[in-house]
Amino acid sequence: MIHLTDQPIRKVKTTPITDNGQAASGTVRLWRNLKSNISLIFMGLPAILWLFIFAYLPMVGIIIAFKRFRAVDGLFGSQWIGFENFRFMFLAGDMLRAVKNTLIMNFLFIFVGLAVSLFLALLLYEIREDGITKFYPTIMLFPIFLSWVIISSIVYAFLGQDIGFVNSFLVKIGLEPIKWYMEPKYWRAILLIVSLWQGAGYGMVLYYSGMLGINPEMFEAAKVDGANWLQKVFYITIPLVSPLIIINLILAVGGMFRSNFLLFYAVPKNSSMLLPATDVIDTFVYRATIQGILGQGAAAGLLQSVVGLVLVLLANWIVRKIDSEKALS
Amino acid sequence: MAIISSTRHTSSLRKHLPRYLIHIFFIVLCSMWLFPILLVISASLSDETQIFTKGFSIIPRGFTTESYKYLFNQPEIIIRSYGVTSLVAVVGTASSVFMMALLGYTLSRSRFILRRQFSVYVLITMLFSGGLVPSYLLMTKYLHLNNTVLSLILPFLFSGYLTLILRTYFAGLPEEIFESARLDGAGEPRIFFTFVIPLSVPVLATVGLFMFLAYWNDFFLALLYITNRDLYPLQFLLNQIMTNSKFAKEAAMAGISTNTNVIPLETLRMAMAVVATGPAALVFLLTNRYLISGITLGAFK
Repeated sequence: MIHLTDQPIRKVKTTPITDNGQAASGTVRLWRNLKSNISLIFMGLPAILWLFIFAYLPMVGIIIAFKRFRAVDGLFGSQWIGFENFRFMFLAGDMLRAVKNTLIMNFLFIFVGLAVSLFLALLLYEIREDGITKFYPTIMLFPIFLSWVIISSIVYAFLGQDIGFVNSFLVKIGLEPIKWYMEPKYWRAILLIVSLWQGAGYGMVLYYSGMLGINPEMFEAAKVDGANWLQKVFYITIPLVSPLIIINLILAVGGMFRSNFLLFYAVPKNSSMLLPATDVIDTFVYRATIQGILGQGAAAGLLQSVVGLVLVLLANWIVRKIDSEKALS
Repeated sequence: MAIISSTRHTSSLRKHLPRYLIHIFFIVLCSMWLFPILLVISASLSDETQIFTKGFSIIPRGFTTESYKYLFNQPEIIIRSYGVTSLVAVVGTASSVFMMALLGYTLSRSRFILRRQFSVYVLITMLFSGGLVPSYLLMTKYLHLNNTVLSLILPFLFSGYLTLILRTYFAGLPEEIFESARLDGAGEPRIFFTFVIPLSVPVLATVGLFMFLAYWNDFFLALLYITNRDLYPLQFLLNQIMTNSKFAKEAAMAGISTNTNVIPLETLRMAMAVVATGPAALVFLLTNRYLISGITLGAFK
C-alpha cells in the first residue's frame, strides 16, 4: 500500500558546493579540478551524443518542410518550394480539421481535467485522517499502468457493435443500439471520459500532495473566524496550491498543439469514419509520414514545434508579469 | 435515506456525516474505476455465441476458458512478443536511467566548468524539436534501423524532463558526502558510483519506473519501424489482434487447419488484453509507492 502522508513534497535546494580543499596546495587543487572536469565531461558524453544524433540532427531535417522531398534527390538535393507544403496542407489536406480537433480536445482535457482533479483532491484532503484514504488513490492510479491499446480493448468491450456492454444495455431498455465506431459526434465525449478515467488519479494525487504541504493551523484559524468549507477552499487551499496549478497550466499550454498520439490513434481503433472528431495534428503527421507525404508531415511538425515554443514562452512571460515567483524560470 | 434520518439524533454522527458521504462517493468512484477492468476479464471468460445474442456482462456469460485455449494454441507468437517487449523494456530502462543519471550528475556539480553549456544544450531540445518526419527519415533512411530491436529502444532513451528531476535530486544530497569523498581523493566517477547512486535509490526507482512503463506500454515505435512479425512487441501484437480480424484469426489458428469461422474472435481479443495486462498489474502492486513519489516530484507528466 502507498503512504501518501509520509511523503510531503521534497523541497530541494541547489546549494553551491564550496571548495573546502584547504589541505591541498594550489597546484594540486588545480590538477584535481582539471581531472574532475574532464571526468564530468566524459560522464555527460553519452547523453550529449544521443541528443546530438536524435534531437539536433532532426532539426536540420526541418528543411524538408520547405522542399518537394524526393527520396532519390535526398535531403539537400530536393527542390526548394517555399511555403507550398504549408499551403497545401491547409487547402488540400486535413490540417485545418486536425488543428481544430487538437485545440478543442486540449481545452477539454486541460480544464475539465483540472476541475475534476482539484475536486477529487479536495475531497480526499477532507478525509485524510481516516485510515482508508490510501486505498482510493491506489485504485484510481491503476489505469496509468495500462497501455493505450489495452485501454482501447476496454473501450471496445463497452462500445463494440453487437457485443458491447453499452449497446446490450440500450437494447435491454428498449432503445436502438448505436454504431459507436461509425458516429464521430460521440467521440469528443468518449475521449474525454477515457482520458479522465486514465489520468484523474494522477491529477488527484498531484494536487492532494500539494495540499498536504499546507500548514493545518491556517484552517484552524479560518475555523475560529467562522469560515465554511467553501470559503476555506477558495481562500486558503486553492491559493496555496496555485503554484502547482500554474506550472501545470504553463506546461499544458505549451503542449496545446500536441496530443497523446496513442489515445487518438488506438482508442478509436484508427477508424477512418471517426476522423472528423478524432484526427489531431499528431495523427495527421503520422498519416502523412507513412503515406510518404513527407513535406506536409514535416510542415505540420514544424508548426507544432514553433507554436509550442511561442506558447510556452508567452505563458511563462505572462505568469512572470503577474507573479514572478510562480513562473518556471 | 433511512440511515441518514436516524443519524440526525446523534450529534457526533451528524458532525461526521459529510465524511461518510465522501467515503461513499469514493467507494462509488473506485467501483467505476474497477468496473471496466472486471468487464474485460469477464468478457474473456465468456462464451462467444452467447455474447453475440446478449452482449458482454460483468458476470461471464456461459463461463468458458475457450478463448485462452485458442490464444495459447500457438504460444510461440505471444511468448515471442513477450520476449521482445521484455528485452526492450529492460535494456531500454537500464541504459536510459544510467545515461540520464550520468548527465544529471554533471549538471548538479556546481564546480563543473561546462555546467551552463550542458544545461542550455539540454534545455533547447526540451523547447524545440524537429518533429516526427526528420526523425523518421534519420531512423529509416540514414541509420537503417527499421526492423531492428534498436529502433524500439533508441528513440526513447533520453528525456530532458527526467534528467532535470535527477539533477535536482543530486544537487540536494548532503554536502558532507562530497567533501569527505574528495578528501579521500575519490574522483568524480567514484563519487558518483559509490556515494551518489546508493543515496539516490528512490529517485532512480521513480525514473526507472517511468521509463519501464514508457517502453512496456509503447507501440508507436513499432507502428513506425517494425513490419517483421518476429519483432512485434506485445502491445503492437494486441493492437493487430484488436484491429485486424484476419491477423487475429491467423495468430490463433497458426498451424491448425480448422474452419476459421468458429474462432471466438471477440472473446479472444479480450483474453489477449488480459494477457497483455498481467505484468502491468504486477508492476503496479510492487511499485505504486514510487509512482506516488514520482507524481510528487513532478516526474509523471
